[in-house]
Amino acid sequence: MNLRGIRAIYIYEMNRSFRTLIQSLVSPVLSTILYFIVFGAAIGSRMENISNVSYGEFIVPGLIMLTVQMQSVNNASFGIYFPKFIGTTYELLSAPLSFVEIVIGYVGAATTKAFSIGLIILATSYLFVNIEIMHPFFMIFFLLLTCITFSLLGFIIGIVSDNFEQLNIVPMLIITPLVFLGGSFYTIDMLPVFWQNFALLNPIVYLISGFRWAFFGIGDVPIITSVIFILLFTSSCVGVIWYIFKTGYRIKN
Amino acid sequence: MSVIISVENLVKVYGNEFPAVKNLNLNINKGEIIALLGPNGAGKTTLISTICGLASITSGTIKVNNLDVIKDYRKTREIIGLVPQELALEPFEKVMNAVRFSRRLFGKKDDNVYLDKLLTKLQLFEKKNNIIKSLSGGMKRRVMIAKALSHNPQILFLDEPTAGVDVELRKDMWNIIKELKAEGVTIILTTHYIEEAEMIADRIGIINKGELLLVEEKNKLIKRMSVKTLKIKLKKTLTQIPKKLNKYNLKLIDEGNSFHYFYNTSKEKTGITSLLYDMNEIGINLFDIQTEETSLEEIFVKIIKD
Repeated sequence: MNLRGIRAIYIYEMNRSFRTLIQSLVSPVLSTILYFIVFGAAIGSRMENISNVSYGEFIVPGLIMLTVQMQSVNNASFGIYFPKFIGTTYELLSAPLSFVEIVIGYVGAATTKAFSIGLIILATSYLFVNIEIMHPFFMIFFLLLTCITFSLLGFIIGIVSDNFEQLNIVPMLIITPLVFLGGSFYTIDMLPVFWQNFALLNPIVYLISGFRWAFFGIGDVPIITSVIFILLFTSSCVGVIWYIFKTGYRIKN
Repeated sequence: MSVIISVENLVKVYGNEFPAVKNLNLNINKGEIIALLGPNGAGKTTLISTICGLASITSGTIKVNNLDVIKDYRKTREIIGLVPQELALEPFEKVMNAVRFSRRLFGKKDDNVYLDKLLTKLQLFEKKNNIIKSLSGGMKRRVMIAKALSHNPQILFLDEPTAGVDVELRKDMWNIIKELKAEGVTIILTTHYIEEAEMIADRIGIINKGELLLVEEKNKLIKRMSVKTLKIKLKKTLTQIPKKLNKYNLKLIDEGNSFHYFYNTSKEKTGITSLLYDMNEIGINLFDIQTEETSLEEIFVKIIKD
């Protein structure tokens, strides 16, 4: 295995984030603080507790998921799309690197960034609410798996996209609505029955539910369902990437 | 000379389109400079891309150092450096970081002494901490070469290395290429500039419509294909070529003040002596003589046209 090659991609990607620290770190943290102020403090103070959890605390897992999913997708998709855009993928393809190593480099960096931001948001939330995490190890595991999965998804989007518009279409028009409607700010049973059933078609519901279970021991769906779902999601992304690299789709001429 | 790259029956088809490379066979010798000439879309870049791993192979085999470029891709790519045609660089990265990144991709340990030497050779040392975006086009071209050489390759592919660069820089590039050859690097370059191939290549390959039309040592090719022209300026004007000289296929020019005689130096007899003898016999006095040789460019055009 070309470990130096993987490390080179990883460090290069991380350095790119450090060069754009405001965009990479400050911006998502600021957005989350604004969500806390608006939903947690302003609106949340007038909301009833949900399953004995205050609304301010309740939205923490959803806010973390919202941010890490978007960050994972954006970082990974831009990470591989930018070399495609400026034409430097020739370097990756002509180097003694396997496709798995290329994916580990890019997805590893995107995962690290999203995971770090998730932890920073969690730390920031303690400025507003006092949360006790019921299953901390599971929380870390679930957060990490979500970051990896959405980074893989972002990598696929970056490979498939031909321009910046396409690069933004999936995150903006598909992932953002699904995340907002996936129970970040409410539980599914707060919806009318028809919409409850409809919401169960949204894959993000299972992820937020599982992550919330790690915090409070409560969720919209059983935890095992959430775990199976994310593992299926991860496997699907790995399968698509395997196909892309096997066929050279949108990578090799 | 031992063969370092061997291409056998290579076919490359993009999608359902016409094949970009058709059943191409080529051996490249260790330590030589081979120039691949051909018009746009001839298949030169496709050939390079298949050897370097940028494009998949439809059929055929490519071996580098006797190793298959697909099965043993790590070993074959380790010894290859590639400078593509387009200036493809991360604009916001520093020169040294970009070059170091390339070296690391090839699994090599950091070696600042080697990279400093390399940057010095390419006249980039003083720019090593500059952002690539701030460099001129010529400097960016040098950065591309530095990246390709960062892992100390034995083979260097240069795809149109001097396209769009000024004459001075082009000559600098030629010197760099000659220095690399002296260090034992095998160089494969594609170019539109015939003059470039004429100046630096050991062998010439001509590709057109995905087919390799010929590969030959440059000097032999020029000698074999070259037609020389003898221009004879006369003391007295002629209205027509005298009958005795008809066998020489002379061409009367300059309103009868001169004529052209075409001959080939690769043949045993050029016919010049007998022409001059016959001219003397019928009383035609010559005033001056000049010779002109066919350039590689003219040979190239003729081969492509044929």
